[in-house]
Amino acid sequence: MIILESQPILTTPVAHAVGVWIASLLTLMIFSFLYKDNPFYKFAEHLFVGISAAYWMTVAFWTTLIPNMIARLWPAHMGGVLPAAVGQPREWIYIIPFAFGIILLTRLVSRIAWLSRWAMGFVIGFAAGTNFTRYLQSDFVSQIHSTMVPLYQPGATTASTIGNIFSQLVVFGGVVSALVYFFFSKEHKGAFGRVARFGIWILMAAFGASFGYTVMARISLLTGRMNYLIQWVKGASW
Amino acid sequence: MKRTVPLVITFIVGLVLIAAMFIPHWPFTGLDSKFSIFYDVIAVFAFILGGGNLLKVHLSRIQNRRRDWKYSIVTVSGFFLMLGAGLLKIGVPGGWTGDYQADGSLLKYLYDATFQPLQATMFSLLAFFVASASYRAFRAKTKEATILLLAAFVILLRPTPLGYYLTFWLPKPLQFLHIPNLSTWIMSVPNMAGQRAIMIGIALGIVSASLRLILGIERSYLGTEGKD
Repeated sequence: MIILESQPILTTPVAHAVGVWIASLLTLMIFSFLYKDNPFYKFAEHLFVGISAAYWMTVAFWTTLIPNMIARLWPAHMGGVLPAAVGQPREWIYIIPFAFGIILLTRLVSRIAWLSRWAMGFVIGFAAGTNFTRYLQSDFVSQIHSTMVPLYQPGATTASTIGNIFSQLVVFGGVVSALVYFFFSKEHKGAFGRVARFGIWILMAAFGASFGYTVMARISLLTGRMNYLIQWVKGASW
Repeated sequence: MKRTVPLVITFIVGLVLIAAMFIPHWPFTGLDSKFSIFYDVIAVFAFILGGGNLLKVHLSRIQNRRRDWKYSIVTVSGFFLMLGAGLLKIGVPGGWTGDYQADGSLLKYLYDATFQPLQATMFSLLAFFVASASYRAFRAKTKEATILLLAAFVILLRPTPLGYYLTFWLPKPLQFLHIPNLSTWIMSVPNMAGQRAIMIGIALGIVSASLRLILGIERSYLGTEGKD
């Protein structure tokens, strides 16, 4: 381990300024793509791929692998890294994910790559088993439950009651008709077709709203980056 | 061995987790949380596998001097720099026992100077593509397209001063048409109805897909090698 003792080198104003310059230049490199694909953009893009893979690996290593596997399997050896683990009983059961993890890495060796399917079997089984009950409860039963609400709210004014009743009816009718639209075992004709058509309108309104929100989020990120660049040009701090 | 063992593992793990939901007794108690930790640990190995694959691809590109191989050097260098900074806890106050992302550490510095601005700019770049996509998509040719356009337009106008000034003068009985009110209504009524229907559809799809996986009817995740 390399500790730069008594070296808040990376927190000095010079290091800070260098960091701001790097960040600003990388921002400009990415924006250069708006003109056309160019070497600056490719540089920033390739750098992003490398550092993001390593960053998430590091986060996973320190937040999951160390406390959830290594510290449970070899607690006595964790004094230098995770002192809280020392003295805890060894939990041999965690050899299972360790073994599956190693098996997963065999995918890198083509001759024995088929072994990695065993780990995939666990991952798929876990996802299927948890999602089966989770989605049935939270996304199926509870969503239906939330759609069936009383139309009349005691104590509300007449105007708000009319408004509420109308909104609740739109929600209920919208959910049913959108589900009708998703039902493809019957041809969308006649009354069934008209309900499905109302379902499409509801879905279009939902897609429009989602689209609007996505655009807003992106524009907010864009203004954030533009502000950063303006501050950089002005010579202000991070 | 190549196909039967993973199918058996999937079946047992899936079935045990469903059983754990309904049987709150030994040996099922706490099994779901234990399996969840197993899953997280295996996911870390998947990250390592991803990193290994990335290196394999880019190192072979460098070795064979393939197209754009010079940029692969950037990827590999960035990868090792970030990984080294994080795993070796370079500059972390407090040494090995300190927080790996503490202020003053090289990882935090690299995160602030490279990762964070690159990620934010990459996503902000999408604003331009979304704008050009909306130009093409937002043509009120049909009734459905008009509804999409109107809903997006109202939502986008809401946080702007224009959205307020366009309709603030409406008389009280028509206040529900005031853009901020209309936007709230769109979000909480038609949008919620549409999202709810989609969620119910997705839930049904996931439940049936999960059953197919647990029972071994769906086997595409095993690939084609070794198929009987």
